[in-house]
Amino acid sequence: MNLFDIIGPVMIGPSSSHTAGAARIGRMAKRLLDDEVVRAEIYLHGSFAKTYIGHGTDRAVIGGLLDMAVDHPDLRNALNIARDRGMAFSFVPTELKDAHPNTIRLHLWGKSGSEIVVQAASIGGGEIRVETINGLEAGFRGKQHTLVIFHRDVPGVIAEVSRVLGQKNLNIATMRVFRESVGGRAVMALEMDDVIYPATLDALKSIPGIQRAISLEKV
Amino acid sequence: MEYALKWWENTCMEKHLSLPELAVMEDEGDKETIYARMQNALEVMRQAAEEGFDPDRRSMSGLTGGQAYKYRESLLNGKTATRGMLGRAGARALAIAECNAVMGRIVAAPTAGACGILPALLLTLQEDYGFTDRQLCDGLIVAGVVGDVIANRASVSGAQGGCQAECGSAAAMAAAAAVYLRGGSVKQVFDAVGFALMNVMGLVCDPVQGLVEVPCVFRNVSGVAGALVAADLALSCIPCPIPPDEVIDAMKQVGDALPPSLRETGEGGCAACPSMCKR
Repeated sequence: MNLFDIIGPVMIGPSSSHTAGAARIGRMAKRLLDDEVVRAEIYLHGSFAKTYIGHGTDRAVIGGLLDMAVDHPDLRNALNIARDRGMAFSFVPTELKDAHPNTIRLHLWGKSGSEIVVQAASIGGGEIRVETINGLEAGFRGKQHTLVIFHRDVPGVIAEVSRVLGQKNLNIATMRVFRESVGGRAVMALEMDDVIYPATLDALKSIPGIQRAISLEKV
Repeated sequence: MEYALKWWENTCMEKHLSLPELAVMEDEGDKETIYARMQNALEVMRQAAEEGFDPDRRSMSGLTGGQAYKYRESLLNGKTATRGMLGRAGARALAIAECNAVMGRIVAAPTAGACGILPALLLTLQEDYGFTDRQLCDGLIVAGVVGDVIANRASVSGAQGGCQAECGSAAAMAAAAAVYLRGGSVKQVFDAVGFALMNVMGLVCDPVQGLVEVPCVFRNVSGVAGALVAADLALSCIPCPIPPDEVIDAMKQVGDALPPSLRETGEGGCAACPSMCKR
């Protein structure tokens, strides 16, 4: 039992799904970009598309992109803060196929030329699930330390990742791998029991076939 | 551990433990961390209850804001129907719910939409009986146990179970905390849960424009009133005629039977009233 699943989270209102969940999605996407967000196109699906202004969903997502936590008092001023920092953003109500009723797709561009497309759902009580990254299935919740690895679909990559983590005595809780096509782009999402330090990330990045590795703390 | 109030009652008896003592043993965290985090939650609740009385703040939609201030003024000027605790608890519940509606900082308990009920009752009990913060933390823990059982046997989400599952669960949690703090037995604590849920069986979730405002902020007021009534019944040694676990199960069945239009879609009930649709 975790009493704080019931007494909590501490959050900025008004809605755990439409405000706190939206802020978490923004923050998770920013961390996946691993860069300062300079431009964001935000597509809102389902209930989000209809009620996002009244729930402050727009402010919450942008606050998340500024790396604010769900209880950050500046969430309500996030739109102005982002404009002051020169972030360009737009919100587009849209219809996504086969998506959870509370889904957001974010197309982000970073200061150093990075770019990412993240689709995530707010699944209730402020909890979220990252559905896809750059169109590839991801399917992780971000409740634990999560390791996201972008790589090519070539033999041996999974074994190497597992070897590096094993060497550092790091335990994998769950692991999911998805690829675009045989030999094409692939993404690995690993939920870990422990925090991943930069040295481990560097070791992972040096594995042939791996383009990027990101360590996500719980948001 | 079983998801049953009966299990908690029996285990408290067998092990000669109070509800908070058993809860601390069953929780994944350690005792001091639990109390420190509960104290933090209490501070946020207290601050929300202050902020919510601001007469000038309005929600983005303009549907709510500034009403808790009116309620308190009316109480202070002796213009309300009731005198005493009910009004003060009700005004606090409205203040916290409005604080939530204007993007203030709150503690979901169990949800953001029902965030006013539990803190309003605890803070008002403290005002009247002088409970320490540590005792209020015990109250929050008791409420957490009740919420955990409801969440696992039924639901605390309006989208799944209707308002009975949100404001109803919050009222049940608050009633339980009140009975515990006022010295009721574990059985009486859970009888209050049974009464609170029984009395709102079937309450639908029908937010106007899909927003957490109308009728939500007012249901926080009726929620705290319902919690007080349920606590009083239980403290008067009136047993809940239906075992509280069965009331929770009945609430789940009623929630499952509700059409989607009455489960947080903003399409039925209050949300479908013609003058609310025109806005």
